[in-house]
Amino acid sequence: MTSPPLAVPLPDWDDPLPTPAVSPESFLRKTFAIVGMDIRKLRRDPSELLTRAIQPALWLLVFGQVFTHARSIPTGQLPYQDFMAPGILAQSVLFIAIFYGIAVIWERDLGIVHKMLATPTPRAALVLGKGLSAGVRALSQALIIYFLAWWLGVKLNWHPLAVAGVLVAVVLGAALFSTFSLIIACLVKTRERFMGVGQVMTMPLFFASNAIYPISMMPSWLKAVAWANPLTYEVDALRSLMLANSHSEFGLLMDFTVLISTTLVLTLIGARLYPRLAT
Amino acid sequence: MSTDGSRERIETPSNPELHGSLRSVPSPVRWIIETHSLTKKYHDHVVVDGLTLAISSGQIFGLLGPNGAGKSTFMKMLVTLLPPTSGTASIAGIDLLQHPSLVRQEIGYVPQLLSADSMLTGYENLLIFAQLYDLPRQERTLRIEQALKTAGLSDVAQNLVGTYSGGMIRRLEIVTATLHRPKILFLDEPTVGLDPVARHGIWRQIRGFVDDHGMTVVLTTHQMDEADAICDRIAIMVSGKVRALGTVDELKAGMNIPEATLDDVFSFYAGSTNQTGEQFRDIATTRRAAARLG
Repeated sequence: MTSPPLAVPLPDWDDPLPTPAVSPESFLRKTFAIVGMDIRKLRRDPSELLTRAIQPALWLLVFGQVFTHARSIPTGQLPYQDFMAPGILAQSVLFIAIFYGIAVIWERDLGIVHKMLATPTPRAALVLGKGLSAGVRALSQALIIYFLAWWLGVKLNWHPLAVAGVLVAVVLGAALFSTFSLIIACLVKTRERFMGVGQVMTMPLFFASNAIYPISMMPSWLKAVAWANPLTYEVDALRSLMLANSHSEFGLLMDFTVLISTTLVLTLIGARLYPRLAT
Repeated sequence: MSTDGSRERIETPSNPELHGSLRSVPSPVRWIIETHSLTKKYHDHVVVDGLTLAISSGQIFGLLGPNGAGKSTFMKMLVTLLPPTSGTASIAGIDLLQHPSLVRQEIGYVPQLLSADSMLTGYENLLIFAQLYDLPRQERTLRIEQALKTAGLSDVAQNLVGTYSGGMIRRLEIVTATLHRPKILFLDEPTVGLDPVARHGIWRQIRGFVDDHGMTVVLTTHQMDEADAICDRIAIMVSGKVRALGTVDELKAGMNIPEATLDDVFSFYAGSTNQTGEQFRDIATTRRAAARLG
């Protein structure tokens, strides 16, 4: 570093600030500012997205192939491979989102969280911004699964509205589970503890859902858990929108209502807990 | 300045400022920060112990103290990051407990760790905060340009912060925290782990904000030369309490020994300066920063 520069005069220093507006518009602007920064980072280092593609590919290519031939899972008129493709999309969205709390703890350890919390940004905007950032990351999974599914001969519904619906469901699902993850991060605060909790949560969420087998196969206690599991509704929405010959078990209205309302409730809880990270 | 008249002069006898030399300063003195019995307890451990303190505007106020004296905790309460266990405070005339979000509009805060986002460029680091502070688009561009100039980073604005030196990151953080023209800038150990040249750069930058724009700066430090070089007034904190308060010269004169240094003052009030502990922490902080920046 060369000699330090002198402060230059700042002519407009005393210009009055615009009065801080607490409008929905300003809330959204700040939320998307957070998302925008995350997209910039992602563009700079997309390697994460590629490594993320390996696991769902294995599930579809190995697990899917074997069980399609085994015909041991009753999936109605759908081939098992078709049945599971949306489930694997939901799974890989879940896996991306559920460990998002690690990034939050990382930002806490660096002091970035402290600086953001010392600005007049609504806490809910910070939390929702994080959630939607995870949503953007998860979109890459949709691309990968669509490609693999098409390549494996899964009968897809290419109607633009259906595809758009899939993308919305993916973003919502990622926002939901990453906000859940953020809440856990606010409670445990260290990476070590978070990894432990994260591992414990992921598999039960995945297996207690209709991702790779229908709910009708489950014992009744597991059915109850599956019905309370938001992942079930995400899978249901994805399955009915993504496949050409499928229908929704609960109805798309129900699916999206569950996803949106759960995300909102978790965002509010997250906004309450987020300041804990700075203490 | 949104202070109402009654806040201009505080006449509670418990106010330590009034026992000092400021009595002779022509009134009205503007207390830009006032705390009353501000306390933070963790379980039974008292970290900040009923601090009553007033800081007048347009000066650099230094909080000195050994490790664990409660400097950072005190500062975290003032910047709304940590709710006090008891007590009150007003920042720029705004009640800290009633209106934390209004307080946030009036302050800038730079935490101790080098916390600029290394995956973003210098420009992007400024942009995100300009957006969070709701600066209008046109104003945003102007202020970011100006901030980069002030920090001497215009040429490297499009480089990733991961390629910056510690001093450059610190300068970037300080201009980021002043994008919205806060009345008060809080700096938690602003030059810890920086080389002497970088430290002087930071000092000049801080002084510039105070002299050119009438900003008030509150900083914590455990480096006596830093306090000596830039602080107008200092408070020495030990075990959550203020032990001494005044200008550097006043505190030195109070020692009644010829050519007393700030080290003497510090040792007198704080006992041992716990140097080994401090040095260890410096090293740890620097290493952490180095590891992060690759």
